[in-house]
Amino acid sequence: MALKGNLRDFSITQLLNLINLAHKTGTLAIEGPKDTAWVSFRKGKLAYSQMGRDDSHLASSHYRAKKISPSQHKMIRARAGGMSDKELGLLLVNANYITQEDILASLQAEFIGTIHRLFTWAEGRFGFENNVLPPNDKILLRINLENIIIEGSRQLREWEQLQDEIPSLDIALKFTDRPGTKLQNINLSVEEWRVAKYIDPKNSIRQIANTTKMNDLEIRRIVYSLLQAGLIEMVRQEGLEVKPRQIGLPTKDTAEQKSLVNRIIDRIRSI
Amino acid sequence: MQTVKMVITGPFNSGKTEFIQSVSEIDVVATERKISSEAEKIKDTTTVAMDFGRITVDQDLVLYLFGTPGQKRFDFMWEILSEGMLGFIVMVDSTRPETFREARSILETFRAYAPTPYVVTANKQDLDDAWDIEDMRIALRLDPKLKFLPCVATSKDSVKNVLLELLYSILAEMEAGT
Ligand SMILES: Nc1nc2c(ncn2[C@@H]2O[C@H](COP(=O)(O)OP(=O)(O)O)[C@@H](O)[C@H]2O)c(=O)[nH]1
Ligand SMILES: [Mg+2]
Repeated sequence: MALKGNLRDFSITQLLNLINLAHKTGTLAIEGPKDTAWVSFRKGKLAYSQMGRDDSHLASSHYRAKKISPSQHKMIRARAGGMSDKELGLLLVNANYITQEDILASLQAEFIGTIHRLFTWAEGRFGFENNVLPPNDKILLRINLENIIIEGSRQLREWEQLQDEIPSLDIALKFTDRPGTKLQNINLSVEEWRVAKYIDPKNSIRQIANTTKMNDLEIRRIVYSLLQAGLIEMVRQEGLEVKPRQIGLPTKDTAEQKSLVNRIIDRIRSI
Repeated sequence: MQTVKMVITGPFNSGKTEFIQSVSEIDVVATERKISSEAEKIKDTTTVAMDFGRITVDQDLVLYLFGTPGQKRFDFMWEILSEGMLGFIVMVDSTRPETFREARSILETFRAYAPTPYVVTANKQDLDDAWDIEDMRIALRLDPKLKFLPCVATSKDSVKNVLLELLYSILAEMEAGT
């Protein structure tokens, strides 16, 4: 079924978060006001991206990344016109023009660069096609999304949106226990680290804010980034008295209450 | 005569009226129209258009379904409405991701008012543009243990299923409490 919408309402970081957590495989197409971008994922990791009519040929990526000179670029394009990226990559490595690491690094920079550009798009219709990937001759990578998401959500500035995302400061946080996410591999800012230190179901967000001397806006921003990256989740604060469930029934007698609910169930079944 | 109530909440246009109408014995929309008639408009800060449905269970028991006015400016009503309810249902329009954030905020607000059992529905699952239920669960950041049910409010069977699931949760809650 559809995963469609507009970036105006559902941001690129929210999309990346969804793709990351659901381990999605497929291609996201985003139609911005001026350009169209395609971003592909395998099992929730960034695999490939292309912005508009940017020349996606491997030689051009390397030229842009200044890994090869203008004359090398021209020569390769002339001679290897019909070659696939994979073939060309192999050729370049074998010819000692560049190393395999160079290839992967410049592709990675290029793909992440596309996403950085997407962060600046305030609107754009998007659609995700499950299991659709770029043609076989393209070189696909496996780039973790957490760092990219954190960078993107740092740009969220709207107070109202933050308030909706984090409706109360009287809730606690805990680290998610998702395999494969190591905090050490995430590029947290100093402020984020300060907050991360206190993440524990025993501390409310408000308490963390007080301890780290952050105001509502600052703490919300940081918590939001960590939430979006799937690193933490909101939980009820431990040690807090749990309000008893109040089920509105005209009787206090439990046997009678159950009988009442069962009567409603029978009636609804019969509608 | 005993009465119990359930509250149906969610953003504007998520399908609350349709949901109640599908199982109510009385005309929900008529109630709405009457309340928002010209004569009443003057005091429309206190009497806002509110959906209202009824299911007679048996001779001594009636179940009322209340739909909340979705707009934020009426949220002072929510607390009053939620008082003494059996449980509540949060409706989310599966085709409108722009409302997901508001839906979550409504859910949190209600949870704070009333610690009663609740379920969340992904409504309009019959439409082509509907998001997958599992994608919505992540986007709405719902607890994996929470009942999040696909729904088509125009279908009586679908609405019955949601009501029953909420009632089963209520029963389970009672069993756990005894
Ligand atoms: N296709 C489809 N349309 C629905 C469904 N539920 C509600 N609608 C339509 O969506 C619109 C808004 O529904 P309504 O009940 O008035 O929303 P409310 O503002 O939450 O009360 C109406 O045109 C309904 O007929 C559904 O499950 N499927
Ligand atoms: Mg309505």
